[in-house]
Amino acid sequence: MEVDKKEEIASESSEEQVVNPWEVSAKDGGKIDYDKLIDQFGCQRLDESLIDRVERLTSRQPHVFLRRGVFFAHRDFDLVLDAYERGDKFYLYTGRGPSSEALHLGHLIPFMFTKYLQEAFKVPLVIQLTDDEKCMWKNLSVEESQRLARENAKDIIACGFDVTKTFIFSDFDYVGGAFYKNMVKVAKCVTLNKAMGIFGFSGEDHIGKLSFPPVQAVPSFPSSFPHLFPGKDKLRCLIPCAIDQDPYFRMTRDVAPRLGYSKPALIESSFFPALQGENGKMSASDPNSAIYVTDTAKDIKNKINRYAFSGGQDSIEKHREIGANLEVDIPVKYLSFFLEDDAELEHIKKEYGEGRMLTGEVKKRLTEVLTGMVERHRMARAAVTDEMVDAFMAVRPLPNMFE
Amino acid sequence: MGFSKDQLLSQLQELEIDYSKYEHPPVLTVEEQAKYVSSSEGALSKNLFFKDKKHRYYIISAMVDTKVDMKVLSQRLGLGKGGIRMAPEEALAELLQVSLGCVTPFAVVNESARDVSLLLDQKFKNQTRCIFHPLSNNVSISLSTSGLDKFLQSVGRDPVYVDLEANPVVGKDQPPDLAVYVPSNSVVIPELPNNTPSAQASPPKNVSAEKTKPVASPKPSKSPGNVKSVVQNSGLSVFKNPEKFVEEILDKTSELLFSEVKGENVEALAETLRKRLTSEFTHLAVMYKNTAYSEGFYAGTQCQPKRP
Repeated sequence: MEVDKKEEIASESSEEQVVNPWEVSAKDGGKIDYDKLIDQFGCQRLDESLIDRVERLTSRQPHVFLRRGVFFAHRDFDLVLDAYERGDKFYLYTGRGPSSEALHLGHLIPFMFTKYLQEAFKVPLVIQLTDDEKCMWKNLSVEESQRLARENAKDIIACGFDVTKTFIFSDFDYVGGAFYKNMVKVAKCVTLNKAMGIFGFSGEDHIGKLSFPPVQAVPSFPSSFPHLFPGKDKLRCLIPCAIDQDPYFRMTRDVAPRLGYSKPALIESSFFPALQGENGKMSASDPNSAIYVTDTAKDIKNKINRYAFSGGQDSIEKHREIGANLEVDIPVKYLSFFLEDDAELEHIKKEYGEGRMLTGEVKKRLTEVLTGMVERHRMARAAVTDEMVDAFMAVRPLPNMFE
Repeated sequence: MGFSKDQLLSQLQELEIDYSKYEHPPVLTVEEQAKYVSSSEGALSKNLFFKDKKHRYYIISAMVDTKVDMKVLSQRLGLGKGGIRMAPEEALAELLQVSLGCVTPFAVVNESARDVSLLLDQKFKNQTRCIFHPLSNNVSISLSTSGLDKFLQSVGRDPVYVDLEANPVVGKDQPPDLAVYVPSNSVVIPELPNNTPSAQASPPKNVSAEKTKPVASPKPSKSPGNVKSVVQNSGLSVFKNPEKFVEEILDKTSELLFSEVKGENVEALAETLRKRLTSEFTHLAVMYKNTAYSEGFYAGTQCQPKRP
């Protein structure tokens, strides 16, 4: 029962917020209105009862991103849980467009969450590296986009995925065979007009772009991976992604029943704000808008202190009187993503919001947390060899994928 | 071979325990059971099967509307805050010898369940009769608590009734009140490779407002290429699964800590260590596993074919 709202992208951006795979901007440079987005896209809110259910089914505390509402929307996640309770498993599908070597924390979020899902539900995962997409959209050479795909794969592996349950592939390597057959089946079901409506293509765009969407759609179908899921055509797929990817999967869900496949389910996250404030996504081109996984402890401290937008008041007296504006404060926002301890976060919000804690203290705590994360990532990344990447990307069966 | 429903019922008759029997289609949840057995016959029960980190098992049998808080229960048993979880399906079959949706106090009649602790809701004592499955979920029987007690005593069990909703403070000067009911022996369940491992067994029979309840019987999911029909020792999964590996390490560390260090704060310390280190260690274990796999994988590509 798909509620397919109007799909035309309003490209007159200052009037409406724009959220699609290639552009995210809020109305009048303000905040993204997520309620409106859910309404516009026609997906559901992820409510408390679903989170409780996840806790019950997985016998562990739900991931911090669920508890704090970072992953806040879904399509059919409840159906996936129903099936799981009955003993019907699912597999995970997520991906990355390897446009740059520099990954920032925002990029890691879907991977951190997917890793949790893999561990908690004990299910396999396919990760798509859309080197072809970046080659086309960012005008990179084929070789460069393939190289970036491999480099990004290393950072992804460093997030802690289990090689016995994970298949990473790049489009340039893998498209063909059963995967391509599904691509053609999907392509046959989507008219040019529909594609233009969903993705905002125009007569000026080259035909490579037009033919790309099926590539991102078909990993949702188990038959695209005959070496992984032979004979399991009914296996469900759950896609953790940022909400700007929704259009691809709206199209996919529309097409799936026509091909006799199950609709993939989605679990969607909000955008990680830039250091300078809530104006959409972080940008890989502005180094001071984000914390990168290659930043040193000193870089992190500097960036937080200098560029993280503060909701604290101008003077200490005023701050002690009114307290901080938690709505716009970036350090608190970042902590709500990455500080595991619920009680400590509540304490900080209370003290800072009522003016007893100062911005400096909050920033200091954030610096600690982020430095710890980045350090851990760097260490894991250093352990990823080319052989390991080859192993993750080898087209091989995964016999223990559900254990 | 587990006790069958008929063997149990004839045992009850032999002991001259009065009960009423209701046959119905197999039911997996309390709501379903309620459709066939009305509350005028007795109080329905929800039956939960738990396991702690040291592989000790517990049956909690309670009134349907008694709130069973796993965190509180875990603390009262002296297992810390997150010490118990729902037992896996294999345990249901191995230890209680009943099927999904059939956890019942009567399961302790089986030898295999001798180390399973049974805790009964104090509120049962206020009821004339209570309803349980007699080892099969297409039958329900109602009997008085004195009848149940008589049966339990006949199999060498001391019936234990507990106020399940109590939430006493557990701390330095207040020892956990249910710790005495923790089994002295742990049980290792051999892990079968074809089980559906994560669908939690014995889902709590709950009259909550949730509309979907776990239903189907376990379906072994044969993953491609998994031909092993030999029952593997659970020890093997410790080396395959990073989380189990880390749990094993932390278990041993806690054990040593308990034996070497005396004092009331040791438990809290052990819990903190476990909480803070689990995620870090698991990350390290996954990287270790990935590295080992990759080295093996690479070696495989360089491998010479076996000489005939």
